[in-house]
Amino acid sequence: MKQTLAQKIIARAAGRDHVTAGEVVTAKVDLAMIHDSGGPRRVAPILKELGVGLWDKDKVFLVSDHFVPGDTEEGASILALTRTWARDTGVRFHDGQGICHVVLPESGQLQPGMFAVGGDSHSPTGGAMGAFMFGIGATEMAGVLATGEIWVKVPETIRIAWTGQLGDGLMAKDIMLALCGRLGMDGGKYQAIEYTGEAIKALSMQERMTLSNMAAELGGQTGLVAPDEVTAAFLRSVGGAVPDLSDLHTDEGAEVLEDHTFDATALAPQVAAPHSPANAMPADEAGKTAVSVAYIGACTGAKYEDLQAAARILKGRKLAAGVELLVAPSSKRDQDRATQEGIMAVFEAAGAKVLPNACGICAGYGTHRLDADVTCISSTARNFKGRMGEASSQVWLGSPLTVAAAAVAGHIVDPREMLS
Amino acid sequence: MSGRIFLFGDDIDTDQLAPGQYMRGGIEAIATHCLEAIRPEFAQTVRPGDIVVAGRNFGAGSSREQAAEALRHLQVVGVVALSFAGIFYRNAVNLGLPILIAPSIDDVADGDTATLDPEGGVLRLTTKGTDVALEPMPENLRAIINNGGLVPHLKKRIAAEHKGTAE
Ligand code: SF4
Repeated sequence: MKQTLAQKIIARAAGRDHVTAGEVVTAKVDLAMIHDSGGPRRVAPILKELGVGLWDKDKVFLVSDHFVPGDTEEGASILALTRTWARDTGVRFHDGQGICHVVLPESGQLQPGMFAVGGDSHSPTGGAMGAFMFGIGATEMAGVLATGEIWVKVPETIRIAWTGQLGDGLMAKDIMLALCGRLGMDGGKYQAIEYTGEAIKALSMQERMTLSNMAAELGGQTGLVAPDEVTAAFLRSVGGAVPDLSDLHTDEGAEVLEDHTFDATALAPQVAAPHSPANAMPADEAGKTAVSVAYIGACTGAKYEDLQAAARILKGRKLAAGVELLVAPSSKRDQDRATQEGIMAVFEAAGAKVLPNACGICAGYGTHRLDADVTCISSTARNFKGRMGEASSQVWLGSPLTVAAAAVAGHIVDPREMLS
Repeated sequence: MSGRIFLFGDDIDTDQLAPGQYMRGGIEAIATHCLEAIRPEFAQTVRPGDIVVAGRNFGAGSSREQAAEALRHLQVVGVVALSFAGIFYRNAVNLGLPILIAPSIDDVADGDTATLDPEGGVLRLTTKGTDVALEPMPENLRAIINNGGLVPHLKKRIAAEHKGTAE
């Protein structure tokens, strides 16, 4: 029977030969990721109420990222609770190392073919590794932690192919904003999105992570990229074992719900106007909107390659008068690498302020929340009203290149104008 | 129990249901601000037994389960929509909030008096005397909702397992 990649992974986790789209099955979880916000403080009381411990502490991956660095009284107490729980349970804990969706793949623990859950809506990021990973709420996470199982409605697959090659100055974020604009925020219909085509195959693992991450903005349950040589090389580079990849793909002729094809060669840098990622348009059609804050941060927008891209624009340039550029590298590992390669020095020389490896204002936390009426351009994944600060703040989304270009120009521009 | 219908449009997101700036308060505080961005009087006027009816993609956005919890806290008996965002759907089931898909809501008007029968899969519009047929929920999910949500459901299961090993 011809199966999609998603069906193959779910069937294996459910102990079945094959599964049919639409049926509700119970599957065994290979890995459960939680963070300080939705994790211990919310699941521990439920586990206590149930009177049970963890089903398998070695399959639980805990990250502190939302309340790092704990600069408010409440944040500090949530971090303290998280640390105590980590000690008491003996789970794997990455404390202050960066944002969960980036720290997990970097750890080498997430394997292609895994059936994994995360206590965060951007958990589809794991799909970049060829894992079926999706986000769940805290109550449901407590159920997983107690039993190691979860119900899942077998999704259909929406296949999104990008043919051709992305031009210079274009990034995975541009692909995703264009898709949000074209398909809408419910275009994914909570089904499995699978990205294919030569432009996707040519992308690095970090760029694929941006695609899979923003499957959440498309409304997909997960966003898969079939594992290949790029996946294997990434796994080796982080010290992870490479499993047999030969069957981890959608069979030719397997039934899919929708097939979309887009031309990467024709894509121009995209921005999304407030207050939805679906308000996408080419950057040069944004009416040179003036910005006073530029934010390079979040799981989707400040990984090593994002920092590297932004530095291409910022090198030898200064921020426009009145513009504040905030940079919150997604992980410590990525920041360290950027430091070694002189990338962080470029940010500093341009006048940027570097913030902790944490969610920060992407989640509306920390001391840099946006003030009333501020217009910001951000490399984050979503620009819902009031998410990053005051309800009257205006957030545009763009790739790290586009954010850096706006920080230099003082208004939204096509970043290709600044690439030589 | 009969209640009134609060009718909403498409793409009601989790920031509207559980606004980010109140997330640090408990569910009490969050519920007070539920949907205020689009309907300021909602939390003050909604009464136990009332029903939320909406268009496509209800519950879009983040995984915060307070979005479903806020509606339960306000004692809304259930949500009927053309479609739901998947994470919200999961959270609602697991919190015991009845959540049903309607093929059409064309007959429903804001303020209509109605009763919701999640088991039978029907929304009865008592003012008009007509029924809106809803898609039946899968049986294993109905079991979770009937037990009051995932936690009480698991409690039952764990108790049954313990009983099994003791015997
Ligand atoms: S960086 Fe933003 S999108 Fe990513 S996990 Fe943190 S809050 Fe969520």
